[in-house]
Amino acid sequence: MLHIKYVEANGTEYLVETDAGFNAMEVAVKNGIPGIDGDCGGAAACATCHVYVDPGWIEKTGKAAEGLEQSMLEFAEDVQDNSRLACQIKLDDALDGLVLKLPEKQH
Amino acid sequence: MSIATLEANPALSVPLDKIDVSNPDLFVNDTVGDYFTRLREEDPVHYCAESAYGPYWSITKYKDIMAVDTNHQVFSSEAGVGGIIIDDNNVRSEGLPLRSFITMDPPEHDAQRKTVSPIVAPSNLMVLEKTIRERMQNILDRLPVGEEFDWVDNVSIELTTQMLATLFDFPFEERRRLTRWSDVTTAEPGSGIIDSWEQRSKELQECAASFMTLWNERVNKKEPGNDLISMLAHSPATRNMPPEEFLGNILLLIVGGNDTTRNSMTGSVLALNRFPKEFEKLKANHALIDSMVPEVIRWQTPLAHMRRTALEDHEVGGKTIRKGDKVVMWYLSGNRDEDMIERPNELIIDRARPRQHLSFGFGVHRCVGNRLAEMQLKILWEEILARFSHIEVLKEPERVRSNFVRGYSYMPVRLHA
Repeated sequence: MLHIKYVEANGTEYLVETDAGFNAMEVAVKNGIPGIDGDCGGAAACATCHVYVDPGWIEKTGKAAEGLEQSMLEFAEDVQDNSRLACQIKLDDALDGLVLKLPEKQH
Repeated sequence: MSIATLEANPALSVPLDKIDVSNPDLFVNDTVGDYFTRLREEDPVHYCAESAYGPYWSITKYKDIMAVDTNHQVFSSEAGVGGIIIDDNNVRSEGLPLRSFITMDPPEHDAQRKTVSPIVAPSNLMVLEKTIRERMQNILDRLPVGEEFDWVDNVSIELTTQMLATLFDFPFEERRRLTRWSDVTTAEPGSGIIDSWEQRSKELQECAASFMTLWNERVNKKEPGNDLISMLAHSPATRNMPPEEFLGNILLLIVGGNDTTRNSMTGSVLALNRFPKEFEKLKANHALIDSMVPEVIRWQTPLAHMRRTALEDHEVGGKTIRKGDKVVMWYLSGNRDEDMIERPNELIIDRARPRQHLSFGFGVHRCVGNRLAEMQLKILWEEILARFSHIEVLKEPERVRSNFVRGYSYMPVRLHA
């Protein structure tokens, strides 16, 4: 069991609990976090689950992977160095306490 | 199923290797669905050796379509190897390939797409929303209540064409020329829209000339306007495009911003007539518009397919696709895949995950205007529900003769106050 914190652009925080083995998009959708759609179901193919990894966690999650994840982020809004697609962040016990910030808007 | 129905339905009796789902007759009669159902069950990655468009593969299952759509390294969209439509002729005009960012692979695709994407970014959509709503109110207020009229021409075409004229800052009174060019771009001889490929080239050259005039007016302005032509004229990625690439990109934006939403608008009215219980649900709870809109876009699937060309041998669903083969992803079939979507033939406006559908494609070519399309449909239905109790479809609509654009040319309706 681990905890993930999602923070909306306006500062609203959502602390959710999950088993390991899911990805951060699935957990967000399951818990009704606003602004994470996950249209493609986790294939890094739509960029509707763009998040900013809290700088303190980026080493553990790693940066966006080369290939499709980076390609899709090319077309997202306000992409930063710590941008990831949540569906590509696989949650395990090492990420207990992870903080993910949401962009203002995404499409 | 009785033997009589089996005999009556060629989709069930034709030998598997003779199934050719590209035949436009199957789309104009809306009978292609049974063929897709059979392929999904018996031969989901299907090779058709002979068709009007030459040999091609059909990809019919949702997951296989996703695998092809997200693998642009193997499955190319490049105009020079065939483009994105089953008909090779469609990607040419006067013998030259009509290149645009939808018929390019990364990295060239990425730079051009990023040039135009700000027009459909969330911040700009908020600006557009007011204009769109005012226009919809105007158009809907002028419709006759209790009389028969054509929904396609009076509402769907008019609304999307006005939108397109705004995005291009195209002379407003001449906007129906955009509708014509949109129809011509995706047409083939025999469709009833053009008689020959030469006619198509000629009309598309008129389009190029018209847009070149607007480009020349805008290219030297110090403060570039917030319209698509100014954006293309002022971006380093697009300002030096060769003529056929200029025309290619203009046509892409015309078709993408017009034909698709037009047919989803008509489809939304048709769907809610076919599924009256869903319409009752919607009337009882207007908040369901948010999930009804993507569900309608799935149900309609305004573009039936996208095509790719294999750059190397590759396995899909247990079949080996060879280098150079034409691969057609049938979004219309994937959106009816029972393994991914429950009761897929039905419109269910409160599905749990309505945006999980293939109508916008997936991967780097995913529709850039998807949220604009949804916004237009959302506003349309908000304004419809504020005015009318029912839009009654009076006859089966007439459909477009195309295996690419899944659309309507005529749908008589009557409004109830």
